[in-house]
Amino acid sequence: MNDMTNKWIGQRTIRPDGADKVTGRAQYSADFAMPGMIHAKMLRSPHAHARIRGIDTSKAEALPGVKAVVTAKDVVDFPLDKSVMLGIQDMRWMCRNVMAREKALFHGHPVAAVAAINEEVAAAACALIEVDYEVLPHVIEIEDAIKPDAPILHEWNTFEGKPSNIAGTMVLKTGDVEKGFAEADVVIERTFTSRPVHQGYIEPHACTVSYAADGRVTIWSSSQGQFMVRAMTSLLTGVPQSNIRAIPAEIGGGFGAKTIVYLEPIAVLLSKKSGRPVKMVMTREEVQRATGPAPGSLSTVKIGAKKDGSIVAAQGTFYLQAGGLPGSPLRGPVGCSFAAYAIPNVLSVGYDVVSNRSKVAAYRAPGAPLGAFATECVLDEIAEKLGLDPLEMRLKNSAKAGDKAIYGPVFGEVTFKETVESILHHPHYKAPLDKNPAPGVKRGRGVASGFWYNAGGESSVQVNITEDGNVVVTTGHPDVGGSRASIANVVAELLGIDHSRVSVLIGDTMTIGFSNLTGGSRVTFASAMVATASTEKVIGQLKERAGKIWGIDAEAIKWEDGMALPAGDNAGKFPPLSLKELAAKANEMGGPIGTQVQLNTTGADPGFATHCVDVEVDVDLGIVRVLRYTAAQDVGRALHPGYVEGQIQGGVVQGIGWALSEEYLYDKNGRVDNASFLDYRMPVCSDVPMIDPVVIEIPNPKHPQGVRGVGEAPIVPPLAAIANAVHDALGKRFYALPMSPPRVSERLEQP
Amino acid sequence: MTDIRYLAPSTLDEAVRAFAAASGAARILAGGTDLLVQMRAGIAKPGTIIDIKKIPELTAIEDLGGGAYRIGAAVSGAVLAEHPTFGKAWPGVLEAVNLIGSKQVQGRASPGGNLCNGSPAGDSVPAMVAAGAVVTIQGPNGRRELPVEKVPAGPGRTNLAPGEIVVAFTLPQRPKGSGDAYLRMIPRTEMDIAVVGMGVNLTMEGGVVKAARVGLGAVAPTVLLVEDAAKALIGTKLDDTALEAAAAACRAACKPINDKRGTIAYRIKVAGVLLKRTAAIAARRAGGN
Ligand SMILES: Cc1cc2nc3c(=O)[nH]c(=O)nc-3n(C[C@H](O)[C@H](O)[C@H](O)COP(=O)(O)OP(=O)(O)OC[C@H]3O[C@@H](n4cnc5c(N)ncnc54)[C@H](O)[C@@H]3O)c2cc1C
Repeated sequence: MNDMTNKWIGQRTIRPDGADKVTGRAQYSADFAMPGMIHAKMLRSPHAHARIRGIDTSKAEALPGVKAVVTAKDVVDFPLDKSVMLGIQDMRWMCRNVMAREKALFHGHPVAAVAAINEEVAAAACALIEVDYEVLPHVIEIEDAIKPDAPILHEWNTFEGKPSNIAGTMVLKTGDVEKGFAEADVVIERTFTSRPVHQGYIEPHACTVSYAADGRVTIWSSSQGQFMVRAMTSLLTGVPQSNIRAIPAEIGGGFGAKTIVYLEPIAVLLSKKSGRPVKMVMTREEVQRATGPAPGSLSTVKIGAKKDGSIVAAQGTFYLQAGGLPGSPLRGPVGCSFAAYAIPNVLSVGYDVVSNRSKVAAYRAPGAPLGAFATECVLDEIAEKLGLDPLEMRLKNSAKAGDKAIYGPVFGEVTFKETVESILHHPHYKAPLDKNPAPGVKRGRGVASGFWYNAGGESSVQVNITEDGNVVVTTGHPDVGGSRASIANVVAELLGIDHSRVSVLIGDTMTIGFSNLTGGSRVTFASAMVATASTEKVIGQLKERAGKIWGIDAEAIKWEDGMALPAGDNAGKFPPLSLKELAAKANEMGGPIGTQVQLNTTGADPGFATHCVDVEVDVDLGIVRVLRYTAAQDVGRALHPGYVEGQIQGGVVQGIGWALSEEYLYDKNGRVDNASFLDYRMPVCSDVPMIDPVVIEIPNPKHPQGVRGVGEAPIVPPLAAIANAVHDALGKRFYALPMSPPRVSERLEQP
Repeated sequence: MTDIRYLAPSTLDEAVRAFAAASGAARILAGGTDLLVQMRAGIAKPGTIIDIKKIPELTAIEDLGGGAYRIGAAVSGAVLAEHPTFGKAWPGVLEAVNLIGSKQVQGRASPGGNLCNGSPAGDSVPAMVAAGAVVTIQGPNGRRELPVEKVPAGPGRTNLAPGEIVVAFTLPQRPKGSGDAYLRMIPRTEMDIAVVGMGVNLTMEGGVVKAARVGLGAVAPTVLLVEDAAKALIGTKLDDTALEAAAAACRAACKPINDKRGTIAYRIKVAGVLLKRTAAIAARRAGGN
């Protein structure tokens, strides 16, 4: 299957959802409307930290045009003493995140919601709700939150016997680091900080919900998993899962943050109370204030190496800023930071620190970029100290097949070296760089690598043959990055028919079997695997039908170029039967042709990436610009190269924003001061060069097409690669992100 | 939803009358790229909108000869860019106006709106100040003129009296050997707001600065005319000492705030850096004239 004579796999086919998207017909979350629909708004906390002593909604309820008001009383309570998990989400925190319960934990935390005849009336009613707040001292930054006298967010949470904002820890360990450091010729230990960043998806959260008279609920919303929407909404509202139909809208970006819900359960409760369909749409400001950013970080990494560059010990301590409720992605930095390297002695520890900012949500390789920022910068420093090429040093220490990964499993294939070598031999790495092109201008080059776990998991795919002999494929995964196009390529290839004859749709929770989230770099891996199994079953059915028509055994039939043919001369001589012909005869020869396959997929090997970047610094203004960027990654097999490259380029650009310009800013009252795309500075097109992806294809032996996850590994190296390049340009190391102009300028003035 | 009255008068008199009659409840609409954003955010809630783009005088560009121009207050950046001679005469003013927003915003945004919005970070204002532009204002009590730097009163405020409308900018005649330039510091490469904006306008003779004006934006409640910086340049050959003295004058003029867009220390430093860079471009242009 996985060869270069493929007709569709590996082709840059037109994406099935493309025409609708470029002509404005695609239905995103906010595009859905129903007769009788009303509109809802959240009342959000004006305080970063406050106890809620009471809420009086009577004036709001009395306002003409108001149809329903909801507070935490209406949301299912998950008591603090008992964890109830849905995937990686603890419902104790989710129920408090969608609606503040005992306390408002961040500025923008929802405290009530109103549905009314229009948004203006809903907003006016929100202003009439009287909340009795006891304003409490707040704490935002990690360093402040872990101080002994810090304001405590959750009095019930203790760490080392005392009330604390440290809400969780994770420890991974191999060997004995103390012994390892003692053997090292060079040991470097550095502390790094980074600011929280937002995923920055263009589409704000939105939903339309209908709670019908028979208690059945329909939800139209975009998410990274309609089954997650169903389950979480059910848990938070008490409506049984089987009564909820979650219909996925087109999604305008999620990057991990749409793996949880903010609005749907509240809209369901409002719809139930009012008897009307309810629509809720966040503003950009609400998105920035109150939806999942990635955590800020405070990390200390210590690495010891021998003179020849072999690493003998590594220690990482990673504090992540969870926001108002626990749930930092500790396994990102703790598990990924050292995973690509064979290091005999490792101690990696993570702390989940709560503080008064919006609760973190997943963001592309959650947490891993923060770990890599620290680790890959320290490695660069060690290589510099030992006089080694930083890439050669990585090659020397690469993990190998059969090594036990620090996070548990024994590695199958390890394709890290290939990514390092591809940069080492790339014209970019060999190109001379003029480090002083003009007065006041410096240039530098940096490299860094990254690791991400990747995942398999549950996936369902239906393949149905239409009466006119074409194919409809339904999967259960929202398509965030072009997965429909990849699946169409696979099915067209297997069936041997023209790509245009395959339609790929995304089913809702009542039309397709359970499928897990679009996340973890898993969807193309898992759904291509399941689509393959499904299509192969259908081909089996088609052969059976041909066998019936010809009166021979299905075993004696082969499927080629979209036709059933006798497998050899012994089978007899029959003119081929095309898919169209078989479809036309389907009903008389045994009924409709089609199937659904559901699997819990396994075999998703990890992803490795190595990047190289050139930067230019305007020394007087402190501005860092990226001049050239090359990103090598083993993708296993690029089912659709365009979307593989897009994933790599997108991940890198988000990494550039993280490194250079993006950050949450807070005022002295703990309010987000830059809740807009003007002042939350994501890179714009002219800020970044064309990112050059080097797509390495070493087929994953555990996947029918050889696919590996692609979407997350590319955001892991950029933070460190850019910091290393800035060091190469200026001779100074930056241990704090973002390297924004004022910070770079300030650092340059220091000795 | 509240109803909004929309008027699009075709004469200035009508506009002034309607504006004065609404006594504070009306807003002037030029390109709307500030006003509509403010309305959406709930900051501006006008009962009446008076669109001034149908008034010929407000959208005219006149070449008055000798380098002098009159630009209607509501002329869009894109239209100004297409004028056959304006950009050659006042390249610094044009580049400042054209830096506003993006291609889409340029189709609408006007220098009048940029000035009357009262933002200390408005890009065209320092260039207009450096150019020595004079603003023509019409109101219920007739016409008056003000140097452009006298129009802003503070963030979001102007010295326009109730009912007054900015009609046009008049850029003065300039001798041969003159050139102007505008530079701004923004963290991104576009779609951003100036952390510091710098306009410099020079007249040179035999390599010596004969006349200079310096406009400085985003470092004080209003855009500043930095006369000390101009003095430091006049009579010099723009040698390093002169440039450093002018940069120091710019730094001294700064009264910035610490905010999300820049720190006090950074803004002050950048003001000096931009003075040197902008003066160099203006001098090159003056030499080429
Ligand atoms: C995406 C985007 C990017 C932007 N980027 C920049 C940028 O880079 N630099 C920058 O400086 N600005 C920027 N702006 C702000 C804005 O575009 C400029 O200030 C623009 O010049 C405003 O002109 P306008 O004609 O659209 O003004 P309008 O919005 O029509 O008016 C602005 C204000 O001035 C008043 N007004 C307008 N004309 C007159 C008049 N003749 N007499 C009296 N009052 C008047 C209006 O009532 C209103 O209060 C940006 C805006 C957007 C939306």
